[in-house]
Amino acid sequence: MSKGESLPETTEPTTADDVAALIGDDLLDREEHVNAPGFVIRPDSVQDVLFRLRDEAGYDHLSCVSAQEYEDRYESIYHLKKFDDPTDEVSVVVPAAKDDPVSESAEPVFRTADWHEREAYDLVGIEYDDHPDLRRILLPETWQGHPLGLDYDQDRPQIVPLREHANPLQEDHEDDDGDTMFLNIGPHHPATHGVLHLETVLDGEQVIDVESDIGYLHRCEEQMAQQGTYRYQIMPYPDRWDYISAGLLNEYAYARAAEDLADIDVPEYAQVIRTMGAEMCRIASHMLAVGTFALDVYGDFTAIFMYAIRDREKMQDLLEDLTGQRLMFNYFRLGGVVWDLPEPREEFFEKVRDFLDELPEALEEYHDLISTNEILQVRTVGTGVLPPDVAKSYGATGPVARGSGIDYDLRRDDPYGYYDELDWDVCVEDGCDNYSRLLVRLREVEESAKIIEQCIDLLEDWPEDERTIQSNVPRTLRPEDDKEIYRAVEGAKGELGIYMRADGTDKPARFKIRSPCFSNLQTLPEMSNGEYVPDLIAALGSLDIVLGEVDR
Amino acid sequence: MSSDQERPFHTTGDVQTETREARTGAGTDNRFNSKLREAFGSSPFILTKFDKFMNWVRGSSMFMLQFGIACCSIEMMHTYAVKHDLDRFGAGVPRASPRQADVIIVPGTIVSKFAPRMKRVYDQMPEPKFVVGMGSCTISGGPFQQGYNVVKGAEEVIPVDIHVPGCPPRPEALVYGVAKLQERIANGESSPVTVKPYELEQFSDLDRDEVVDKLADQIDEDDLVMRYNWADSP
Ligand code: SF4
Repeated sequence: MSKGESLPETTEPTTADDVAALIGDDLLDREEHVNAPGFVIRPDSVQDVLFRLRDEAGYDHLSCVSAQEYEDRYESIYHLKKFDDPTDEVSVVVPAAKDDPVSESAEPVFRTADWHEREAYDLVGIEYDDHPDLRRILLPETWQGHPLGLDYDQDRPQIVPLREHANPLQEDHEDDDGDTMFLNIGPHHPATHGVLHLETVLDGEQVIDVESDIGYLHRCEEQMAQQGTYRYQIMPYPDRWDYISAGLLNEYAYARAAEDLADIDVPEYAQVIRTMGAEMCRIASHMLAVGTFALDVYGDFTAIFMYAIRDREKMQDLLEDLTGQRLMFNYFRLGGVVWDLPEPREEFFEKVRDFLDELPEALEEYHDLISTNEILQVRTVGTGVLPPDVAKSYGATGPVARGSGIDYDLRRDDPYGYYDELDWDVCVEDGCDNYSRLLVRLREVEESAKIIEQCIDLLEDWPEDERTIQSNVPRTLRPEDDKEIYRAVEGAKGELGIYMRADGTDKPARFKIRSPCFSNLQTLPEMSNGEYVPDLIAALGSLDIVLGEVDR
Repeated sequence: MSSDQERPFHTTGDVQTETREARTGAGTDNRFNSKLREAFGSSPFILTKFDKFMNWVRGSSMFMLQFGIACCSIEMMHTYAVKHDLDRFGAGVPRASPRQADVIIVPGTIVSKFAPRMKRVYDQMPEPKFVVGMGSCTISGGPFQQGYNVVKGAEEVIPVDIHVPGCPPRPEALVYGVAKLQERIANGESSPVTVKPYELEQFSDLDRDEVVDKLADQIDEDDLVMRYNWADSP
């Protein structure tokens, strides 16, 4: 599959020294992170540097912004990548003074920085100059203190108001007979897939503006991880980020990051099991995405939702056989998986094969009921359009990006596990609309099935005395002080990344989750402004967000 | 229906018995001694018996609120859908509006921003209403109990009739919990009352202290607020 062309006339820097030269006088210091070279730059020239890195060096993907507080300073790290080659990374480190933590905002360069910086302000307390709208994003606006800062007192009482979400139009539109109105969707609403609140401004039935109000499920996942030890205590939490059966994919993200941080090897056999389990989760997750999307578009608990649940039940049975749990698997361990395939193995293989055999027929049903259905096509083709350059600027990944023609899949572009040994394709559609995103998901189910089948073949023939499920990992892991890493895997919704900083103890000093849904949800206004309300709902459904991961 | 067939409805008891015996043989079947009849008995005390009847009706036809919060709601969806099909127990019609619902299943972690909203949703449900707490999060905060933003269980906000433990509970467990609730309702048992839950109160009614003073210029006097005293949380 061909990758997007790079501009011929630019000579992109290839080494870290070239990048350093490009940054020039703004460079204060250099660091070495496990995944990429780090460049410490002046806090008042963030935009300059990022513009240069984006336009002259091709780093067009701001993957994540990790903020943290040290004893003597604050720091924001901009993790940059290329959509063409995600293994080519740089970290731009922006320090800020302890007594007055201010640095320049990156929002004019990358739209996605808007929410990421608001989150950094909310949780850590860094302020960003030139940011268009620096407010709290996850916690209530009246919250006192910044909980991931060093001196936060968790016992102090907090007061949270229940405001009627103020209608910004009321006063000037009360008496005139204009068509402008203000509509609150959520936080308790069946179409928002959880507890999301959309503040929508309408002109007649058209959406003029929509703003997502998130944080209704902010359950301190990062704090929980920072309180847990690397070896055992963190692994149960990833299951609960993206909880739509994508548990093993999330565990993969943590396993990959922590294994690279602590130099742990994973036996090949365990990698095959991991890959198989992860793809099973992807199927289950996409099934629900498709089912609820149809639910949103058709507006009722119709057959397609039940079909999706039926197939998910089958997949959950298989996953339960493998891991012992239906939803929260806790199956990966650093250095492998917790136990081998269930005995008798033949029975398990047969069950998986049965599922795979029935899958084409089931997918046929889905295509009959959804993708070839005229009503659905009328509702989804050409609605919720997200052009590729906009998607890139917002850091959209996963099926959302692939539905906009961006050929980006970490399983292939930044290979991990056993993916590069197997034969499968990345699904890309270039319609950029709701329909394309749906098609990408349906096609990805087929590709995942292909991967599972190959894994099963491999596992069946694996010699009995080479079935090592875990490598030797010390009971307590203490990665060196100040070792930093940002690693991502392809989760069900896109690039799921983890930033970790070790401080020499057995717990991470900073644990930051880069959630694909968080970035994807940010594109919603782009897709729905100017469209009708039902298209807004369809667009939201096609983004397939899960609030546990948006809010963390 | 052709005219020479018997009319489908009969008003006198003996005709009914006749047709029944014609169909099933004499004296074998007491299907017609239904639950309804057991509930009424032959006693003339209509008032208490009517209560009992109403309880039975309530327990047998529950309208659930379609209310998803977190991970547990995925298993809740599975409970409603094929295979587990909660509807078999007369409790499976999710209503999207709280004003039409009489049972709320709370499926997930409640955080400080959401608790006032949940309270509001609960207040909007008509009496009598019942609450099933699903998952460890609604019992104690579950895996997130130590979080700075997590309410330590649903009972801090609303009274809970049935707790279904698990993280997440299996659909079978939720079905069992709902069946238990139906049983309790049918027996007329009342729901427990929470001790000192977090209430929505007017900002001006709060005791003045440091936090209140600080927020005085951000919150209106008559805004409803919820005050979390984290230090006293279990
Ligand atoms: S009890 Fe467990 S599964 Fe349920 S909402 Fe809480 S964390 Fe999620």
